[in-house]
Amino acid sequence: MGAYVVRRLGESLLILLGISLVTFALLYLFPADPARQIAGRSATAETVASIRAQLGLDQPFYVQYGRYLGNLLQGDLGRSYLQRTEVSELIAARMPATLLLMLAAIVVELILGLTIGVVAALRRNSAIDQTLMVFSFVTISAPQFVVGILLLYVFAVKLSWFPIGGYGTLAHLVLPAITIGLLGTGWYSRMMRSSMIDVLAQDYVRTARAKGLGKLRIILRHVAPNAILPVIAMIGIDIGLFMSGIVVVESVFGWPGIGQLAWQAIQRVDIPIIMGGTLVSACFIVLGNLLADLIAPLVDPRIKLK
Amino acid sequence: MTQTTLDTPTRAQPRGARAVLHDLLRRPRSAFGLFVIVTMLCAALFAPWITPYDPNDQMFDGLSLAGAPLPPSSQFWLGTDLLGRDLFSRLVLGAQTSLIIGVLANGIAVLVGATVGIIGGYFGGWIGGILMRFTDLMMAFPALLLAIVLAAIFKPSLLIVAMVIAMVNWVQMARVIYTETRSLSQREFIEVQRAMGSSTFRILGKHILPHLVYSIIVFGTLGISTTVLLEATLSYLGVGVQPPTPSWGNIIFENQTYFANAPWLVFFPGIAIVLLALSFNLLGDALRDTLDPRLKGRH
Repeated sequence: MGAYVVRRLGESLLILLGISLVTFALLYLFPADPARQIAGRSATAETVASIRAQLGLDQPFYVQYGRYLGNLLQGDLGRSYLQRTEVSELIAARMPATLLLMLAAIVVELILGLTIGVVAALRRNSAIDQTLMVFSFVTISAPQFVVGILLLYVFAVKLSWFPIGGYGTLAHLVLPAITIGLLGTGWYSRMMRSSMIDVLAQDYVRTARAKGLGKLRIILRHVAPNAILPVIAMIGIDIGLFMSGIVVVESVFGWPGIGQLAWQAIQRVDIPIIMGGTLVSACFIVLGNLLADLIAPLVDPRIKLK
Repeated sequence: MTQTTLDTPTRAQPRGARAVLHDLLRRPRSAFGLFVIVTMLCAALFAPWITPYDPNDQMFDGLSLAGAPLPPSSQFWLGTDLLGRDLFSRLVLGAQTSLIIGVLANGIAVLVGATVGIIGGYFGGWIGGILMRFTDLMMAFPALLLAIVLAAIFKPSLLIVAMVIAMVNWVQMARVIYTETRSLSQREFIEVQRAMGSSTFRILGKHILPHLVYSIIVFGTLGISTTVLLEATLSYLGVGVQPPTPSWGNIIFENQTYFANAPWLVFFPGIAIVLLALSFNLLGDALRDTLDPRLKGRH
């Protein structure tokens, strides 16, 4: 176990290193000139050139990347080109909002997804099951910006139950959390359904029935707890899905998190922020996958770490 | 030793296209999916004959006297947009965009993913190691961020948008095909082919690929749905298909500031995106059950 964790952590670091290289190379190819962006339209060629020299953008690629990597290893993500603030500070300031949204979205998808999965499995092949499964297909087929805008239209514009966007109160959190949570709901409900069906077919469930235990008691004590484990083990993977969605959802709802920060940085060609945002998102994804792999054997002893 | 005594690969019974189609039409979900896909395909193919107006014509009578877009009516079935263009005509043309990109991007993704998966899985060793580590790296990339950055580097045209989406989406296919090829290539019947001196090319083409066809069809179909969604999202963010070429995503992008007053400008293109993505998901899911029950719930 210990050796496995160490090896996987090493691999994760290599992956992150690779991601930093690929992203840095892509941003190096970016057509817009950051120096020109900082200097402004009316700046003379000399001003632009001096800014470029100041930021070290006139140096060859490997020098720039080497310097970035050196700083990164010391925990320094550089400074924003436009705001002149430390990128790590900007990200740290946005982190609570994104984490809060992630937590809320996970709560939404677990509550909805597990409930739908259990009901569908218990009423297998009935009209209820069919309807719920079509619903779960719809939730994974709906782009998050469409869901977000429609929720805003109905619940914020028409019914005025929730604010149109922003951050601060619980009411602000509801719509973006549902928007992200619905996608996960589709995945969790289908996994929970098939997991429940597997467990329902087990011998110990038949034994419990033969003992004459009540139906509700069998489901709550014997079926659901066993069926839920493999589904819970997927939360790690889910973090990757979440990280992909926040760029859009945070923009639609004006949610001041990392996704919005990254999207604004892309529009302004603020390369250090784009790098930082990408690396932080990738960290989440890599750690999520690692978590999922570590939990899996605890949940199901038949799975061995390799 | 005759070949029949070998462990014959547990390949699902090959089935004719007609039988499969029959099966798909019998299931309500996949029948619905097929119906939507065929309808949209027809709309895309025959767009010039279906569109009641020129999709790019900013009509004088397409706006109210105050200059606002018109809601759905008998004249403009789905209303008009902020520039007074007929929304129905633009949606029909948008179907072209979505399907072209869906098929093109997914085609490239399937080709790249399957090739990487087969080569990695069959050869293993350092080639497989490098290919799969690269796949791991791509899996850990925040997909949307990567697509946005790529789209911003290359000036978006239809082909570029398709390439960008393919670059992000081949990974899933590569993983699935890698796992299957890996287990196939260690089977006895492949060992025998190797021992008999069959060329690598022949083994891959005649003995491995046929076992992967079903997975490629199933995940290829499901992949179109992912592609359609990613195209819509990129176009919505303004880094995908560029106006005036209509795409369902950029129609919402162009009109979203006005959505509180003209919700049809978001609602109808939104429905179109969901319907198309849903249909490919339903079809892919049914294909998985129909073609090869062993695949069910495995991925």
